[in-house]
Amino acid sequence: MTTVAELPAGFADKVLSAQSTFRSVMDAMARPGSVQRIAADAGTPAAMMRGTAAIALTLFDHDTPIWLDSRMSETSDVAKWLKFHTSAPVIADSSISSFALIGSPRELPALDRFAFGSNEYPDRSTTLILQIDSLTQGPALELRGPGIDGTAILQAAIQPHDLFERLAINVALFPRGIDVVLVHDDAIVAIPRTTRLVARGG
Amino acid sequence: MNAPTYNFAYLDEQTKRMIRRAILKAIAIPGYQVPFASREMPMPYGWGTGGVQVTAAILGPEDVLKVIDQGSDDTTNAISIRKFFGKTAGVATTTATADATVIQTRHRIPEAALHGGQVLVYQVPIPEPLRFLEPRETETRRMHALGEYGLMHVKLYEDIARFGHIATSYAYPVKVNARYVMDPSPTPKFDNPKMDNCAALQLFGAGREKRIYAIPPHTSVVSLDFEDHPFTRYRFDAPCALCGAGDSYLDEIVTDDKGGRMFVCSDTDYCESRQSAGHRGSESAAPHKERAHG
Repeated sequence: MTTVAELPAGFADKVLSAQSTFRSVMDAMARPGSVQRIAADAGTPAAMMRGTAAIALTLFDHDTPIWLDSRMSETSDVAKWLKFHTSAPVIADSSISSFALIGSPRELPALDRFAFGSNEYPDRSTTLILQIDSLTQGPALELRGPGIDGTAILQAAIQPHDLFERLAINVALFPRGIDVVLVHDDAIVAIPRTTRLVARGG
Repeated sequence: MNAPTYNFAYLDEQTKRMIRRAILKAIAIPGYQVPFASREMPMPYGWGTGGVQVTAAILGPEDVLKVIDQGSDDTTNAISIRKFFGKTAGVATTTATADATVIQTRHRIPEAALHGGQVLVYQVPIPEPLRFLEPRETETRRMHALGEYGLMHVKLYEDIARFGHIATSYAYPVKVNARYVMDPSPTPKFDNPKMDNCAALQLFGAGREKRIYAIPPHTSVVSLDFEDHPFTRYRFDAPCALCGAGDSYLDEIVTDDKGGRMFVCSDTDYCESRQSAGHRGSESAAPHKERAHG
C-alpha cells in the first residue's frame, strides 16, 4: 500500500518545467519525426518513463480522461500518481479518453477502440502516448507531411511493428484521426495524423 | 508584501494547460479551428486577447519576444503587449525580427524571412472565413467537416463579376494542406505567399471567438483563386520614401491637405535596418540636416 507521502514527486518547479516540456512537445508535433528532449525532471512511477511522466504533469488535468493499458495498470501506482499530481480521471472506456498511456506497445489495442473525434470536432480525439525501446536505433522510416521539409528520417524501434500500417486509417478518416507521441526515456517523437510513411529502410 | 503577484506570463497553470492542449490539436489538424475556453484578459477584446493567451501559454524565460501591430513595433498595442510580457514573464524583448523567438503580430507578417526557431503568433478578430457568408456556426462547422467551400468561390466570383477582378485585399482566404479553408487574419494579401512553406510555426489566437488554429512549418498554404483570375499580390507602385525598398508592403501617409502623400514600409524593423545599412529614399533626412536640428 503506497501512501501519498511515498508517491514519486512531481515537477520541482511546476510552472517552468511544464513550460519547457510543453515546448518540447509542441516542437515535436510541429516537426514530426524529429527527436525532441524533455529537460524537466520529475519523479516517475515504476511503469512510466521520464518523458511520459513530464507530459502527464504538463497536459493532464480534471478535463482529460486518461486510459491506461495493462502494463500501466499492473499496479495501482500509476493511477494513484496521476490522481494525486494531475487530478485526471483514470477511466476504463478507452473510446472517450483524451490521452491513452501505453506501457507495452506490442499489445496496443485496435485503434478503433480510441476516439477519432467527429468530422465537425476532429479535435475530440485520443492522443496515444507510446513508450518504446529506442528513438535513435532501429529501422529507418521516411516520413512526409506538414511540418516536414521534404522528407524526415526517423530511426526507431517502433512498436507495434505495424504501427504505421494501422495509422493508415488517418488517411481515410482525415480530419478525424489519432495523434501519437512516441517516448523513450527523455526523448519524444510526435506522429500527428497528417504524417505519412513513404518508405521503409533497413 | 501586499503587492499582487502574477503567475509567470500572467495566466494560471490550468488555463495554460487547456490552451496548450488546444495548440497541439491545432498543429495536428492544420487550418482547423480548435475551440478553447478563452479567458478575460486585462485588455479589451480587439486588442489581441487571443494572441496574448497563445503567447502566454508558449512563452518561457529563454524566449525573446517581438510584438508588431500593422508591421510597427512602435504603436500603442505593440508597446503595451511587449511591456505586459516584460512585466509578467520577465522575458527579453526585441524589435529585430531575426533575433526574436516568439513574434506576436497584428495584421502583418514581417518582411524578413522567418526561420525554424521562431513561432509567429497572430491576433485574430474573426477566425471563421465563412462567417460573413453564413452566420450560423452549425452550418459553417458542417461546411468545414464536408470540405464544402463552394460558397467562398462564389464570393470571389462575385468580386470578379462586380469589379472585374478579385477585389478582396486583406483576410484573403487560403487553403491549408489542401483541406481546410482558413482566414489568415486581416493581413494584406501581399503577405499570403509568405505563409506557404514557411519555416516557422504559425499559431492563430482569437480571444472573443474562442478559437485557436495553426499552420505547421513547411505546410502548403494556397490562396484561393480561379485559373483565369489567378491570385495576385498587391502593393502601391512606389519605392519606400525612407529606405527606397521596392519589395516591401507600403503604408500610405498623407502629408498635407493638398493631396501630398508618401509611401513608407509598414514593417518598421525592415525599414530601419535598411536605412542603417545605408539605403535612402526620396524623403530621407540628410544626415547633416538632422545634425543641424539637434
